[in-house]
Amino acid sequence: MNLFGLFKRQEPVLATAPVARERLQVLLAHERASPGQPNLLGALKDDILEAISRHISVGPEAVKVKLDSRNAVSILRIAVDIPGKVKLSKAA
Amino acid sequence: MSKVLVVTSGKGGVGKTTSTAALGAALAQQGKKVVVVDFDIGLRNLDLVMGAERRVVYDLVNVAQGNAKLRQALIQDKRLENLCLLPASQTRDKDALSEKGVARIIKELRTQFDWIICDSPAGIERGAVMAMRHADAAVIITNPEVSSVRDSDRIIGLLDSKTEKAENGERVEKHLLVTRFDQTRAGRGEMLKIDDVMDILSVPLLGIIPESEQVLRASNLGQPVTLANPMSAPARAYSDAARRLLGDVVAMNVPMERFNLLNMIFGGRAA
Repeated sequence: MNLFGLFKRQEPVLATAPVARERLQVLLAHERASPGQPNLLGALKDDILEAISRHISVGPEAVKVKLDSRNAVSILRIAVDIPGKVKLSKAA
Repeated sequence: MSKVLVVTSGKGGVGKTTSTAALGAALAQQGKKVVVVDFDIGLRNLDLVMGAERRVVYDLVNVAQGNAKLRQALIQDKRLENLCLLPASQTRDKDALSEKGVARIIKELRTQFDWIICDSPAGIERGAVMAMRHADAAVIITNPEVSSVRDSDRIIGLLDSKTEKAENGERVEKHLLVTRFDQTRAGRGEMLKIDDVMDILSVPLLGIIPESEQVLRASNLGQPVTLANPMSAPARAYSDAARRLLGDVVAMNVPMERFNLLNMIFGGRAA
């Protein structure tokens, strides 16, 4: 046993929990979108439609949700057709 | 009204059986009529953790196959008269349990008990699906560790697709129970924090069970931890979780062991 080791300052503990958190977030985002969950797009579409309908009157056919998967990333494309022209009033 | 609760996790060894026993006893201690049902066919252990291993005569498979009556298989707890156990079978035939048989048993249990707590086997196979099939609510047991969190996510997917409720367009009420949590290590950034686990899984928190030597001590003795040492940190955490299941509002914290001089002198064995 190295006696001098006793007097050495303890190495600072590396915070590994943030690494775990990030790895899980990336992994689960991927796994939830994989064939294990066939109705992900359907569920997303329903939720998006519900959120938009709270403010603007749109039918279910107005919302299109598409997922494109490339090598490393997936892109979620959401298109919403709104009839007529929507006016935005500026907030004070 | 009776409630069917499944205790599940995906990953093995995270504390499903311990939690089933502790929550079952805690609900019974609150005066509810409770039955804990072991769905781990072939690897039954709830009887052992409850201290009833020598009293098993008939089991879940016998009743499901019509070879025994439900009341012949139910084992009443020796400490709490309103707590019963329905043990699993030791058979190696994984398909011994039929869906119809389970449906009939759950229906019959609903007429006799306030809470029917189903201890799920590990994994995402037939046995785990069978245990969650008729659930109104689920307690998802998760350790603050990457593999456990990932497996919990898979189980949540099953709860949303393979249960009777999901098939009827309803939702199984989900609760997250984090076990083996170490506040000090989480504070140092060595362990996932409760908020991390909740964020990742998006399930409301039922309770936090601290890592504690009392859990092993209780299972050594064949006693649910809430009965073995009711004042210990994990026992208080399980009791709080049980009260939340009953709808009580209980402040969320991580119970700590209370030290006193006697405990320190006698090594915490003064019971």
